[in-house]
Amino acid sequence: MIAPNNQLNTETEMKGNTPDPSRRDWLFNVGMALNILAGLALAAPLIGFVFSSFAERKDPRSWISLGRLENYPEDSTRIATYRNPYTRPWDGETADIPCWVRRLKGNQFQVFAINCTHLGCPVRWFKESGLFLCPCHGGAYYEDGARAAGPPPRGLFTYDYKVENGELWVKGGEMPTLSNPV
Amino acid sequence: MQWLRKTAVWLDDRLHLTALYASTAGHEVPASAGSWFYVFGSATLLCFIIQIVTGSILAFVYIPSTNEAYTSLQYLNHAQFWGWYIRAVHNWGSNFMVALMTAHMIQVFLFGAYKYPRELTWISGVFLLLMTLAMAFTGQVMRFDQDAYWGLTIGASITGRVPLIGAQLVHVLLAGPIIAGETLSRFFTLHVFIIPGLIIAIVSMHLRLVLTKGINEYPKPGHPIHKSTYDAEYAEILRKEGVPFVPNAVGKDLIFAALVIIGILACAFFLGPKGPGGPPNPTIVDTNPRPDFYFLAIFAALALLPDWMEVIILFAAPAIMIAFLLLLPFISGTGEKSAGRRPVAVLSVIFIMLTIGVLAYMGETSPWSPNMGAWSAAPVPIQYVRGRTPLAMHGATIFQNKQCRNCHMLGGVGGERGPALDDVATRLTGPEMVRQVIQGGGNMPAYGKKLTPAEVEALVAFMETLHGRATPPAQDAAPPQNKLPRDFAIVMPRAVHASR
Repeated sequence: MIAPNNQLNTETEMKGNTPDPSRRDWLFNVGMALNILAGLALAAPLIGFVFSSFAERKDPRSWISLGRLENYPEDSTRIATYRNPYTRPWDGETADIPCWVRRLKGNQFQVFAINCTHLGCPVRWFKESGLFLCPCHGGAYYEDGARAAGPPPRGLFTYDYKVENGELWVKGGEMPTLSNPV
Repeated sequence: MQWLRKTAVWLDDRLHLTALYASTAGHEVPASAGSWFYVFGSATLLCFIIQIVTGSILAFVYIPSTNEAYTSLQYLNHAQFWGWYIRAVHNWGSNFMVALMTAHMIQVFLFGAYKYPRELTWISGVFLLLMTLAMAFTGQVMRFDQDAYWGLTIGASITGRVPLIGAQLVHVLLAGPIIAGETLSRFFTLHVFIIPGLIIAIVSMHLRLVLTKGINEYPKPGHPIHKSTYDAEYAEILRKEGVPFVPNAVGKDLIFAALVIIGILACAFFLGPKGPGGPPNPTIVDTNPRPDFYFLAIFAALALLPDWMEVIILFAAPAIMIAFLLLLPFISGTGEKSAGRRPVAVLSVIFIMLTIGVLAYMGETSPWSPNMGAWSAAPVPIQYVRGRTPLAMHGATIFQNKQCRNCHMLGGVGGERGPALDDVATRLTGPEMVRQVIQGGGNMPAYGKKLTPAEVEALVAFMETLHGRATPPAQDAAPPQNKLPRDFAIVMPRAVHASR
């Protein structure tokens, strides 16, 4: 940038400050403009590739079966695992997502995400005291998912669920966070 | 030998090696800079080179796929010839790098080396600090085990607290809606290509600035610097006592470099690689995720902060700290350099290091986390059941079965989330215990729905016996109205009433 300008100055001085754009000047400006265009053409797909989550509005969630209702006795809380619907062939066991299924009476359920609402660590169910406890920072929740103690800002995240053909279905597919609670 | 000399002269003519040497390794430094305090920067760079070499070698075998990474780590540990050792050197190299970088930063701060005219050297160093921490976090993810998986979850949950665009940022971080498929590839790219590339670029600038602006002279107390005179003073120092860095001032760096390498190799050989821990399978919920030691202090702060402060501390505090570090050479760019005349600087370093150290210790011990196995695994101390009534002994069983022990210690064993209960009877009367158990409060869940009145009675009967032999139990301030044994029926309605 500096070099052509300097040369330009000497040149215009030599020509007695005539304002006509020189051929060199034209080449430089067109060259810069072309490179800016080419750079944008290169950058746009790169940025779109990496930050696609800002562009794509598709809901990654779908209905997943957690198995027969008989697996979940009334008045009990059990762990269930599903294969995440958003999968890649190389996911391995990371796409096996656990959740806590609490069956109250009949077809009344509560399905809690495994992730503590504080920072996402896996909560563990303690039947005897009726609490979910988090191993990271000591968050505690009651059996209905309400916050009991510790740093969590809210109760456990709950999945939408439905009962169909004798099976329990939940709507899952996304890691729950405070800005996106299931 | 004539041809050898000719080749050397030819190479020098083409590559200008002599000139390059004179302006780099042979550049003049103040003789006072050949100090043992000045060895940490070169040692940090050495660690970075070791990390590049060992990391490249590990990448020959490592597979950055969520399905294969864990197996390839096991393969490196157990099947690849010297694989465990290279993993260990890479791990210890990173520990040494963070430690030496911290030492370097403290030394530069205490010796006033960030002051005029070396502002940019300091600022580029701040970016190197951030990049190194980013390498530490992404490196922890490369060791793709349970801790890596849940560490990512914590990272995503923190990101999810960003206002407005949190959800999208989580997707950018994880490269998808959950930790799977592309997540590890993304962190591999950051750890192996992008961040090291940035580090190399910034280190180049950092070193270039050392050459252009010179190395800081060993500060003398009572010699404050002024922008108008410093450049001439420094030129004078170089004129009077300037020596070429190589060979005159490099000796201590060399010795320290060798010690660092030997230290890394010895730690690697005797202490071995770190992990991988359990497999990165989220369905294994019996896990106790902990970050590597660089992030234990933050991990601890997140447990100890009141929740209204969390978002502020998570986002505002780092921004303020980074801004302060970047602005430091402009806030105090002149004046006294010697630590002996800068008590606030010295005290700040001590305070910050103590804070980080104490938080990291707390993160390691995690007293806020329930002791998940204490209720079924820890025996009731025998002195707490000896000579007790059947009711109290039943209460001891309830104490265990209802998992009170997970948060409350007895005899030094159990959780530390709540207070130890060895002498609870000296602090609370029976009715107060009933209220606390049923209603909870003070960060204790309420157990009213999970305990029958009979269980509460037995539990409280047990806890009322928990006081020292010579220490009387707590009493109500009101004079005792009857000497009858405590009747649960009298207490219970009051407690239930209170819980409404």
